[in-house]
Amino acid sequence: MEPFQTLTGLVAPLDRANVDTDAIIPKQFLKSIRRTGFGPYLFDAWRYLDHGEPGMDCAGRPRNPDFVLNQPRYRGASILLARDNFGCGSSREHAVWALTDYGFRVVIAPTFADIFYNNAFKNGLLALTLPAQTVDRLFRETQAQEGYRLTVDLRAQTAATPGGEAIAFEIDAFRRRRLLEGLDEIGLTLQHAGAIRDYERRRRAQAPWLFPDAPER
Amino acid sequence: MAGRTLYDKLWDDHVVRAEADGTALIYIDRHLVHEVTSPQAFEGLRLAGRRPWRPGAALAVPDHNVPTTARAQGIADPVSRVQVEALDANCAAFGITEFDMCDPRQGIVHVVGPEQGLTLPGMTVVCGDSHTSTHGAVGALAFGIGTSEVEHVLATQCLVLKKSRNFRVRIEGACAPGVTAKDLALALIGAIGTAGATGHTVEFAGAAVRALSVEGRMTLCNMAIEAGARAGLVAVDERTVEYLRGRPLAPAGALWERAVQAWGELHSDADAVFDREVALDAATLAPQVTWGTSPEMVVPVDGCVPDPAAEADPVRREDMRRALRYMALEPGMPIIEIRPDKVFIGSCTNSRIEDLRAAAAVVRGRRVAAGIRQALVVPGSGLVKRQAEAEGLDRVFVAAGFEWREPGCSMCLGMNPDRLAPGERCASTSNRNFEGRQGPGGRTHLVSPAMAAAAAVHGRFVDVRELG
Ligand code: SF4
Repeated sequence: MEPFQTLTGLVAPLDRANVDTDAIIPKQFLKSIRRTGFGPYLFDAWRYLDHGEPGMDCAGRPRNPDFVLNQPRYRGASILLARDNFGCGSSREHAVWALTDYGFRVVIAPTFADIFYNNAFKNGLLALTLPAQTVDRLFRETQAQEGYRLTVDLRAQTAATPGGEAIAFEIDAFRRRRLLEGLDEIGLTLQHAGAIRDYERRRRAQAPWLFPDAPER
Repeated sequence: MAGRTLYDKLWDDHVVRAEADGTALIYIDRHLVHEVTSPQAFEGLRLAGRRPWRPGAALAVPDHNVPTTARAQGIADPVSRVQVEALDANCAAFGITEFDMCDPRQGIVHVVGPEQGLTLPGMTVVCGDSHTSTHGAVGALAFGIGTSEVEHVLATQCLVLKKSRNFRVRIEGACAPGVTAKDLALALIGAIGTAGATGHTVEFAGAAVRALSVEGRMTLCNMAIEAGARAGLVAVDERTVEYLRGRPLAPAGALWERAVQAWGELHSDADAVFDREVALDAATLAPQVTWGTSPEMVVPVDGCVPDPAAEADPVRREDMRRALRYMALEPGMPIIEIRPDKVFIGSCTNSRIEDLRAAAAVVRGRRVAAGIRQALVVPGSGLVKRQAEAEGLDRVFVAAGFEWREPGCSMCLGMNPDRLAPGERCASTSNRNFEGRQGPGGRTHLVSPAMAAAAAVHGRFVDVRELG
């Protein structure tokens, strides 16, 4: 996984609550068996005026001029500003792959849905929670000031505004370290293979019906 | 020491290692796999040169992409076909049991697990699918995961997790006839919102929950995710034990007796403390119908489409306006004047035998109304289908003008050919009314099976309590 340390990026404001993963990447694109190539279809039903299908070349598709990511001032944005309960609904990790493939490295919202939040960190996407009032203010500032950028420093746990104000954020220590170092989580878990085997032995003695595939010897 | 909740007990039983920062390595007993969220996980294993830790703990079944018409001809859509074939190939290569598309036991993964007795009380159960919460109905800790976690479970049989908070939803009182588990779920989501239980595991308790069949409890736990909870739970009781007795993969003989005895502990202690509690009175609830594009946008069938002007919060007001535009509805319109174009009875929420019986009871002797373009019944599994046919339910549906299909996710999300056309309105027994969920531009109203059946035969929503 690509580590995340610090990023200065253009902020795009997506001003609606409860953005679900069906909206982030519609189902027809989930038929892909790869992890890449989802970026052009991010928010497909909102971004384009026609109906998208996998494999389509998006360059010539009619765009919805009202959708935020289609406005020239937000081209190249790498920080998405969102509202409450971002990423609710389906567990599809394709939603995170579409965001990162598009170029987002940070999503800021007052709250995230649990599964999306988890998926984000597995893919080097920093899901950053800030209090609703702070998010409100960032919406106002982003909309008021073209070219509004934030500098997100994961080590220092701050997001710095163009005015130089450093907004502190909270993040779980384990997730932070994993992201900073870009750690392979499976490799980390496998370092505890002995503990997993001990657990299985113990548990099988207690509740053998849980192990019909590996009966007690 | 205070007593423990059911969730506390399930968690404690599965801790392999606890870290000082509160994360824990949690052992996973059962892993359900489907074609959409697994290919990249298998690819990850392959790239890293890893093998599954315990292939026998997994079961795979294709469900999202499969056609619900004649199976033997295979899948017409080449992209869907590649995905289903990738599952077949990955299961063969990694030694994982699969009920393939033509297996009589194939069906929606969350219907198949409990039906086979693969999901048992006291287990941890995961699947790369948010509706894994369904399995909590039998007292298992069951939750959806992303594809990276699917790979993690395949490789290690564990997940790195932080414990969520305890939330108890008490539903007391008795449901009026015609008010079902689906209505309880929708009413709860309407009350607490789609993020109401984020960060929590919800235990459903109270007289109305105890009175539900195990299948009804599955409907309730299935929708826990729509309230933001990754997992829903119901304590084990006699009904759970009776439901599981004799299932193909449930233990038998002396092992069964031992298991049942152990399951006796699977309830919250009387003095357990919950971080949050909410109470609902089932007796006051009417059948529910969603009017918007989020499951929390729901009202009783005898109500009206709400007016955004009455909403104080500006973000919510704008969301309501957007939803009404998308749904082509006007504030103040009575729900019973809404006329669906299509009716869908199916999905992991409501496609089990009791759901089909409830729908058939409404349909029997009636005809699908002239204004309905298509009415689909999609059983949750091949075995549900077989049972329904043995009871003659298929004939009731077909005689009324419904289409009787092969099992799968179908029009719940329209990854297969079953979907809404732009602008079409559907009475659906599924779980999500998001924009475009059932087909681009499609408009979904979530309801119970009896309510969907009644909408089909009347051509508009009706209050099933008045049908008698
Ligand atoms: S029936 Fe619908 S909600 Fe259930 S697993 Fe299939 S697609 Fe998901």
